[in-house]
Amino acid sequence: MGFLIGVVLSYLSAQQLALFGAGQFIVKLLGIATVRELGPVLAAILVAGRSGSSITAQIGVMRVTQELDAMQVMGISHGQRLILPRVIALAIAMPLLVLWTDALALLGGMIAAKLELGLSMQWFFSQLPDAVGITNYKITLIKGVTFGIWIALIACHFGLRIEPNTESLGRGTTASVVTAITGVILIDALYAILFNAMGI
Amino acid sequence: MESPIIEVDNLTTAFGTHVVHQDLNLNIYPKEILALVGGSGSGKTTLLRQILGLDRPRAGVVRVFGRPVHDYVGTERVALTHRWGMLFQAGALFSALPVFDNIALPLREVHNLPEDLIRDVVLMRLSWMGMSERDAALMPSDLSGGMIKRVALARALALDPELLFLDEPTAGLDPQRSDEFVELIRVLHRELGFTVVMVTHDLDTIAALSTRVAVLAEKKVLVEGTLEEVMKVKHPFLDAFFHGERAVRAFGVSNLKEQHHGKS
Repeated sequence: MGFLIGVVLSYLSAQQLALFGAGQFIVKLLGIATVRELGPVLAAILVAGRSGSSITAQIGVMRVTQELDAMQVMGISHGQRLILPRVIALAIAMPLLVLWTDALALLGGMIAAKLELGLSMQWFFSQLPDAVGITNYKITLIKGVTFGIWIALIACHFGLRIEPNTESLGRGTTASVVTAITGVILIDALYAILFNAMGI
Repeated sequence: MESPIIEVDNLTTAFGTHVVHQDLNLNIYPKEILALVGGSGSGKTTLLRQILGLDRPRAGVVRVFGRPVHDYVGTERVALTHRWGMLFQAGALFSALPVFDNIALPLREVHNLPEDLIRDVVLMRLSWMGMSERDAALMPSDLSGGMIKRVALARALALDPELLFLDEPTAGLDPQRSDEFVELIRVLHRELGFTVVMVTHDLDTIAALSTRVAVLAEKKVLVEGTLEEVMKVKHPFLDAFFHGERAVRAFGVSNLKEQHHGKS
């Protein structure tokens, strides 16, 4: 997915940049767009659809089978045993997935740039560190952690709200994914404003 | 009489506009086996959930060990949960954990217990249930209905509770398994001396286990007393429940005579 987005983005922008004879700026354009914005958001949308829905469904089924009640009767806190581990897990896994998406999208972009503009892949690769800069990588990781925590919290919230019936389970899972993805986009916008104000 | 272990005071429960309990009163005394009886939808399980503090009442109060159940918070609530055990109708075993960890979980939640002690306790509980060490590695999805109930009972008893709640302990078991399960509870009750509150439909279970019966109907406790006392009360629900055809089969000839006598 990341790879394909990289190809498409690179292909389209290459055509436009070629019009102005500014083909070599493709590295900066692609690098920043991917690492700063597209990578984290894409990865987050995929994880919200995949892991978010499964967390909600998992906790929801525990409601249906009365496992949640059993925990309460046994004095085991939902927060500590259900929510916290999932939040920590996604806070760690999400930034790694974001890096992976970044890498694949850049690879796709590199290949498309070679085919469309004839830029050598070695040159593209050697230009990359200068074009993107360490700050953007920090941003990608910060966004990854935030999105991970957000998705886990939303998924658990909707999971715990599920009522013990099948219909509610389906509705809760849908609501969880939609809210998580909408939230990711909103948070991304907030970050854009924040980083803009900080001048980075 | 001893002071009650659980007091339900003027409890009113409602979901939306549907009133389940209206000013319901019930006392439960130490060491007894109280059977909560009632038709479907009469709020037996809901009453159990109220006592456990899983639902909040619309009005009234439930006192457990002398204090309102919702006053137990934080570490006090945790301490309270160590004094009771609950067997859910479908077992409610943690499907992600094998049998051993399911029973060990309440013990592990009491921090600082050495792992070999936990192991001993778990294996002892399993042996009470007539299960072997080999069964400990099974996942809940591999278990039969009867085994799920026994593992769930082992888990409920993991911390030697003073109070045991049973929600339909014999529902879904075949007659033989159900008799074995009843016998198991009776032996454990005699040996360990806990208080039992059970919700059940099963007349055999009531006849075999209960020391006292409370009948839930018309949103309150309609009658309470020993089985004999309750059976003497005249009420349409009680007649259908205790003097129907099933009851005749469960209680045998003496009841049959009584019923014929009543008809003539």
